[in-house]
This record gives sequence, structure tokens and C-alpha cells, in this order.
Amino acid sequence: MPKLVFIEANGAEHVVEAQADLSAMEVAVRFNINGIDGDCGGQAACATCHVFVDRPWMERVGKPSEHEVQMLELAEGAADNSRLACQVIVTPELDGLVLHMPAAQF
Amino acid sequence: MASQSAEKLEHDKLAIEDIDVSDPTIFQKNRQGPIFARLRAEDPVHYCRESRYGPYWSVTRYQDIIAVDSNHQVFSSANATSLDETRAKGRGPNATPVGGFLGMDPPEHDTQRKIVSPALAPANLARFEHLIRERTRNALAGLPIGEEFDWAQTVSVELTMMMLATLLGVPFDERKQLKRWSDVIAGVPGDGVVESWEQRDSELKEMTRAFLTLRETRRMEEPSSDLLSMLAHSPVAQNMSDLEFASNVSILVVGGNDTTRNSMSAGILAFHDHPDQWAKLKANPALVDSAVPEIIRWHTPIMSQGRRATQDHELGGKVIRKGDKVMMWYVSGNRDESAIPDAGQFIIDRARPRQHLSFGFGIHRCLGNRLAEMQLRIFLEEILANDWARIEVTEPVGYALSSSVRGINRLRVRIHA
Repeated sequence: MPKLVFIEANGAEHVVEAQADLSAMEVAVRFNINGIDGDCGGQAACATCHVFVDRPWMERVGKPSEHEVQMLELAEGAADNSRLACQVIVTPELDGLVLHMPAAQF
Repeated sequence: MASQSAEKLEHDKLAIEDIDVSDPTIFQKNRQGPIFARLRAEDPVHYCRESRYGPYWSVTRYQDIIAVDSNHQVFSSANATSLDETRAKGRGPNATPVGGFLGMDPPEHDTQRKIVSPALAPANLARFEHLIRERTRNALAGLPIGEEFDWAQTVSVELTMMMLATLLGVPFDERKQLKRWSDVIAGVPGDGVVESWEQRDSELKEMTRAFLTLRETRRMEEPSSDLLSMLAHSPVAQNMSDLEFASNVSILVVGGNDTTRNSMSAGILAFHDHPDQWAKLKANPALVDSAVPEIIRWHTPIMSQGRRATQDHELGGKVIRKGDKVMMWYVSGNRDESAIPDAGQFIIDRARPRQHLSFGFGIHRCLGNRLAEMQLRIFLEEILANDWARIEVTEPVGYALSSSVRGINRLRVRIHA
């Protein structure tokens, strides 16, 4: 199983074994990682699973869709490495992916 | 009870195409439940050919509502968020519009929303937590024990006004005026608040003048973290006309007032109606975290929002035509059993309590959602800290005459020590 690393704003690290084909948001919710809310259930409609992709991983994770960009526009503190975790699907190629979490979800 | 079953029968007998949920008396009498249950089962994307507001579609299922709400390209908010569009535009050439960026599409929506959003971001809100707790505690400490009183006016209105005055940066003594303005913004003639469109507009103009004066004062002061200061100092907001400014103030006033006020009252009512859930909360105060979103789902303080189709679009097997008015009924989607297990039950320890429609989804999702949750969390925590046996609701509840705001205007209660 690919490993995902979620790092909270305070530095706390969560390393989890992620099932492929789930989204990073679903993985976080299953492991009860506080701070990834996923209120809309994974439709890029609420921006409560905002994460910052660790820079070396940006290319492999890929770019957000136009719709996702519009939701990210409204997320607090969004940057060029921002993604909605619900739109990042776990694949074997993403084994070891590091995602940084904002201080709070809006 | 006799009239309740008679009316229920009446709606059951109607041909499905004759159902018109725009009638605000349905909600005043709290009769919407079975009507929407029937629509969800028989005709989830429902067309009403004729109503007092003209023809409109009703979207009643959870997933269909998310689909509409998160598709702003096809479903525009411009002058379309209310059933009664006069409410947003006003009547006459110089009428004061309300609703601000809520009634706009990108890119204007995004620009204006971003002016005020930092004030409502979690980091800024955390700085208000202590103040809210102290004021909540004080308000609860003064309540009579064993005597009947109106919780809606005494507690819910008072707490919400204090918070709104603080967050907006309105002088504390003017908070009563804020409530009046909020009621007027949300109001339509004949609802017991507003008498005519003309009278409503003259009050809105008075509100505009008051806020323009406050903005002038703020411009001369150093920038601070309240909403008026942000509007006063934002370079983007400098270009707003007085009417645009008023419209944006109006959405902040009404957004932070009705919603939280009514959710507070609704929480008291829900725990009265479900003593088992109250016992569960008292036994385990940590459940406050999931009880808060459950109250917000259960009550659905904003029951509906409207859109207008910018192109033909198929939804649930129906073809919505370009230009058609589309109403999303959050109050129905929040009872959709196909999306929320046991949606008809009030359960404070649900597995996924924040999956509800009360804040909307997509780019117009409630800007104050985290503030609302924080206020309600402190509200419940401080109620629990008093260790009262229970809060009894002593009279039937009066709901507002509205198909938009689910208002609890009166909530007679008795606190049992």
C-alpha cells in the first residue's frame, strides 16, 4: 500500500498506509486525521480538505482542474502548491507523498 | 392535531404537478416535512408552473442540490438567490439592493468576497473566542430558574447581536438597531416586520447612511480586524458605490444574525423534543463537537437558495431551460435518507455530522460557517456548565412566515435547576 504523510501546521506527522484509488481526503478521514474535514464528501464543493503539496511532489500530483482552482481561490492562504485532498487520488506512484495541512480549514 | 392531519391529507391528495412549496405559510406551520418527502420520492426535480413568484424548479435531493450549488457556470446567482426577487433588488429605480456578493457570479463575486473573508477565517475568529465565552456566560447567569420566559428574545437575539456588533465593529450600544436592520433585510411586506416595499427601502437607506458614517470614521483610524475596518481600508472596496457597499453590509448583517440566532433556539427545542439526546450530551459533554453540526442540519436556518439557469441543462431526467428559476431546498436535502442515514432523526453523535447542506456548497458556501459553529459550541458548553436538569419548552413554537429563513421568533421556556 502506498504511504501518505500528512503534516499538521504545528509539525505533527501522520504516516498512514493508503488504499489506492481512494482520495487523499478519504484516507485522512478514515484515519481520523484532524484538520481535514471533507464536508462535501469529496466533490470539490467545500474546500475543507485544503492541503499544500510538498514541493518536490508537485509535478507527480498534477495540477488542479479549473473547478478546483475556483474553490481554492476562496480557501484561506491558498498558494501555488495548494490542492483539495479530495481531488488527489492515491496511486502507487504517489507512495511517500507528503501533504502539509493549513492551521485550520475554512 | 385535527387540522394538522387534515392539511397533511390535503397535500397528499394534490396532483404532484400542483404542489407549490413557495407558499410561506407551509413553513410558518412547520408542514414542509411530508411535502418534501413526497417530492423526493416521486418527483425530486419538480417544476411548478404557476406561483406568486412565477414558474420555478425545486431541487429536493441531497446530491442534486450539491450538483446545482457547485455548478455556478450553469446556475447563476445574479438576481436569483431569492424566490421573491424584489427582496434582493428592491422596488423602484433608486431602491437599495441587498445580498452583496451572494447575488453575484465570478469574477465580481470572488473579488468582493475576498475583501471580508479574512475577518471570518479561523485564525481571526480564535481571537474572539474568549470574549464570546465571557458574554455567553454572563447572559446565561442572569436567567430566571423555574420561571417562564422567552429564550429566543432573551438569549438567542442578545447573544447573536453582541457577536455581530463585535465582528462588524459597530458600537455595542447600537446592537438593537442591528437586529431591526437584519429583520428588515430578510423581510417582505406582510411578514409582521415589513409593511411595504417603500417603508422597507427607507429603513435600508437609513442603514446605509449609518454604515457610510461608520466607514468614514474607520477610514481615519488604523486598520483593525473587524469587518467595517476591512471594508473601509480595502483598495478594492474604495471603488464600490454607496449602494454596493450597503448591499455587502446587508449580507454580513443578515448572514451573521438570523442564522445563528435561530440555530441557538432550535438547539434548545431539539433537546426538549429529544430528551434521550439531552441525557447523552449531559453524560458526555465532548459530544458538543458533533451536536453543533447536527443542530445546524436539523434546523436548516436557511431553507432555500435560488439560481437561474444560464443554459439548457439536464438534471434528474428533467431538462431545465436557459432562463429558468431553480430553487435548492436545503431543508429537504437535509432529510434525504439516501444521503444521510436516519436523516429524520436528531442524533448528536452521528458518524459524519458535518455532511449537511445548511451552509450550501460551491463558491457561495457560507462564509461564516466556522464562526457559527464556534458560537454554538460555546453556547452549548456554557449551558452544560450550569448543570441544569433541563430546559423545558412550554408552548408551541412560532415559526417565521418565510420560505427562506427558518425563524423561531418565540420560544417560551422554563429552566429546571
